[in-house]
Amino acid sequence: MKILVCISKVPDTTAKIAFTDNNTAFDTNGVSFIINPYDEWYALVRGLEIKEAQGGSVTVLNVGEADNDPTIRKALAIGADDAVRININPKDAQQAAKQIAHYASENGFDMVLCGKETIDYNGSQVAGMVAAFLDQPFISNAIKLDMDGNTAKIERDIQGGKEVLEVNTPFVLSAAKGMAEARIPNMRGIMAARTKPLNVVEPTAFDDTTEVLSYELPPAKGDCKMVSADNPAELLELLRNEAKII
Amino acid sequence: MSILVYSNAVNNKIHKSAHEAVSYAAQLAEKTSDSVTAIVVGEVSDADSLGKFGANKVLHSKNEKLNDFQPSLIAQLIQAAAEAEGAKTIVFIHDLVGKSIAPVLSARMGAGLVSGAVDLPKIDGDGSIKKAVFSGKAYAHVKVNTAAKVISVMPNSLEKKEFNVDATIESFDADLGDAKISVKEQKMESTDLPLTEAEKVVSAGRGLKGPENWGMIEELAKELGAATACSRPVSDMDWRPHHEHVGQTGVAIRPNLYIAVGISGAIQHLAGVNQSKVIVVINTDPEAPFFKSADYGIVGDAFEVVPKLVEAAKSMNLSDN
Repeated sequence: MKILVCISKVPDTTAKIAFTDNNTAFDTNGVSFIINPYDEWYALVRGLEIKEAQGGSVTVLNVGEADNDPTIRKALAIGADDAVRININPKDAQQAAKQIAHYASENGFDMVLCGKETIDYNGSQVAGMVAAFLDQPFISNAIKLDMDGNTAKIERDIQGGKEVLEVNTPFVLSAAKGMAEARIPNMRGIMAARTKPLNVVEPTAFDDTTEVLSYELPPAKGDCKMVSADNPAELLELLRNEAKII
Repeated sequence: MSILVYSNAVNNKIHKSAHEAVSYAAQLAEKTSDSVTAIVVGEVSDADSLGKFGANKVLHSKNEKLNDFQPSLIAQLIQAAAEAEGAKTIVFIHDLVGKSIAPVLSARMGAGLVSGAVDLPKIDGDGSIKKAVFSGKAYAHVKVNTAAKVISVMPNSLEKKEFNVDATIESFDADLGDAKISVKEQKMESTDLPLTEAEKVVSAGRGLKGPENWGMIEELAKELGAATACSRPVSDMDWRPHHEHVGQTGVAIRPNLYIAVGISGAIQHLAGVNQSKVIVVINTDPEAPFFKSADYGIVGDAFEVVPKLVEAAKSMNLSDN
């Protein structure tokens, strides 16, 4: 199996969210970056497990500039064979998806695996767009992926339950919790990652379709109103008469 | 021109998310003087209910290729409908269905996609659309630079206004490609109230000490007409099923009421719940960080407080609401 895993670089889950330049840009000051957890824990690790069971290769792909390289090296340390970075800071998901699809169609993969969303823009956009540009079936929010020859047996979350389906390669999938367990890179992996290929590919010219004009933080919560543990019924009275939600 | 809305149906009934999507489109159409066209797929017994929320027309497709869920083919169908209707704006709900179809459609049409919209486009201003980002820790105002737009709306973000229009229902079909996905089985959870659709949620964490203690949480949820949820450690230890895990890496929810019992409120948990309208925290530790994000709090032992709440809820007869 020739597997492409798309990884995105995102702020660490505990990062303080703040904006700069008149609220037009994310304030990266003091923020550490990680591989988007859905991309790393589920898409990448499951891709590696399939490769280990059946042979083949796992290539990780990132759309971004040179400051993403340390994040990409971590994916190599976890076990990817090689990496590709398309050298552009994408303005929106569709631009990133076009770059990915362009690379994938030129290089031919049996499957493209992504996380179900990134934890910064929460768009859930790139994987479905890549599928459309490649004209391949799209399976979203997958929680299980097993290969039987060229047929994938997939379980995915649907509203109120799960769906079991089959699809032949090639396909594009977005991965959710349950696909795999996170792997921590070991020292051998970290050493090997230094010499694995990280190829930088120049972008193809594509327009962006959306742009962020500004950001805002939600209004600060007021004080928490405390209710005595001796009289919890008062809480329900407040929820009924003050908050008016029960 | 018309605004086109993808309207999901479950078990032959229009899903309540579709009413929400249609109402969003109708509120937008009021400002832009457009009409609203809904599109539904498969056997549906109550397509006319979409008129109540503002659909002027319903396009109904019974194409057999869509019997199994095929995001690519549904996107083809919607694209054909958009062309037939001259629709430049297509609306989805940002749930598991919308997340599967909207990006495929937007790429096919070369249209900008705003996913997770929490408000109408600012028609009188710069046209930008407010959406949740950073797992609910911030908002972005996004401008679409293409003539056609796809908007997927965060569930429970806008009032579900009624318009009471008499919708005309027309059958609709398009030439679709091959169905490549074959669905073998659907396993539905036994719960009547899926977490992401619940307006009230009672959630519990490690403070409950073991899975055998969830009875009182379920009872409180039942009395309030709420769904149950849990924190990540609880789901990781298999005390509760995975689909109940709310937080950054689990499900993100935005109910009207979120009651957290024995959950300290780690930032990753908050990311999944901080868009709830009212948050109640019950914890033995007065220093639990969750109290800083809560509207109401009780410092106390869950094993004493929750049973008392159940009793009080019973005497108030809340489950009818």
